[in-house]
Amino acid sequence: MSGTPIQAVAIGASAGAVQALLAILPALPASFSLPVLVVVHVPPDRSNMLVPLFQSKCRITVKEAEDKEPVEKGVIYFAPSDYHMLVETDGCVALSTDEPVNYSRPSIDVLFESAADYYGSALVGVILTGANHDGAAGLRAVADVGGVAVVENPDGAYASAMPHAALEATPSATIMNHDEILSYLSSLGTAR
Amino acid sequence: MSEIEDLEIQLLLEALFQRYHYDFRHYARASIKRRLIQARLHLGFATISAMQDRVLHDASMLPRLLDFLTVQVSEMFRDPTYFKALRDKVLPHLRTYPSLKVWIAGSSTGEEVYSLAILFKEEGLYDRTIFYATDINPEALAAAEAGVYAIDRIRKFTENHQKSGGKSSLSDYYTAAYGRAAFDKTLRERVVFSDHSLVTDAVFAEMHLISCRNVMIYFDRPLQDRAIGLFRDSLTRKGFLGLGSKESLRFSSHAGAFTDFVPGEKIYQRREP
Repeated sequence: MSGTPIQAVAIGASAGAVQALLAILPALPASFSLPVLVVVHVPPDRSNMLVPLFQSKCRITVKEAEDKEPVEKGVIYFAPSDYHMLVETDGCVALSTDEPVNYSRPSIDVLFESAADYYGSALVGVILTGANHDGAAGLRAVADVGGVAVVENPDGAYASAMPHAALEATPSATIMNHDEILSYLSSLGTAR
Repeated sequence: MSEIEDLEIQLLLEALFQRYHYDFRHYARASIKRRLIQARLHLGFATISAMQDRVLHDASMLPRLLDFLTVQVSEMFRDPTYFKALRDKVLPHLRTYPSLKVWIAGSSTGEEVYSLAILFKEEGLYDRTIFYATDINPEALAAAEAGVYAIDRIRKFTENHQKSGGKSSLSDYYTAAYGRAAFDKTLRERVVFSDHSLVTDAVFAEMHLISCRNVMIYFDRPLQDRAIGLFRDSLTRKGFLGLGSKESLRFSSHAGAFTDFVPGEKIYQRREP
């Protein structure tokens, strides 16, 4: 995979997201030293229940992203419901109420494309389970700047449409199951 | 490739400022970039530079580009709990004034203007209030002043209005025809629609309430600070400032000038100077 030291992880998930993320995020070691930016499709009008859920289960800090806050290592940021989450050109996270992309707000493409712009080849993008096509263009953008593209194995995924769409857009992406994603991320975030 | 595009964006923003005095140079760049790429694709230019060439030489291209750069899709009574907090906690204070000024900064196509006008009518404060609705986009201002929305949006508006503690029926305020809902002109009798930029313009009146939601998230930190300073200087003693649900004064150098009045709803009160 990429020779550049990885500086950040972006994860996108939709239908089946909670189970998939529960298999990965709580098992990240307390010493995990990369920021993790997560977009999950949740219905608007519903307050984001993911943050308290993962706060109670993870060994590293979990929070809802705030507008213009600096991205810190070893922190998991969830996009708030009904807002896009982007990485700004100064490395802060930014929120926006721009119109939905792929019928989604937050949109995985919006996060991945802006993160690819900022981190370039120092980014890992992970597409997990989902029943739509959001994230495919975003993962392509990650691969285009030399970042690492990872896709959950569609055969094992709760919903395979999103992994399939991502693989179609980025055939060179590495296919992994949950355990492999976990051990890959753990190796990146601690072996330094 | 991306570096060239970043340079093109910087040059385009500089061109818009120097040629037309629209200043997006301190807008959050990642969102501006997305919007400009959308504009480029939609308007059919091969590069951002080609788009810049056209907009510099052809002023009729400016409004089309502004539509991509500024227009926000909102809803009436978006975040109903915000309007409920205004109704239950802020309006009882405003009621003690003989006359009121309310500023909707970044009013876009007017959804929030009509929401506040209806709220003030329901609470019996409309007739003593002047509303200022300001935006930098002339087409958005014209749409706000027209107050006509697609009928398929009304269901959501109505639901939000009810959740905000609405005391009347939203249908009392519009007439529906040909797939559109036209809001009653009595709702804008006391509204001044005006061009005003939070980036370059100054204080223009002393306000009792300023509502500016999901506008400053498009600004970088220094520009956010300028806008908040402008709000501070525009507010009367103990006046109120309402922000978007994910915006806050926490990172601002002016935070000390305000108290958290309804913390969960991002409603702040100006401290006594």
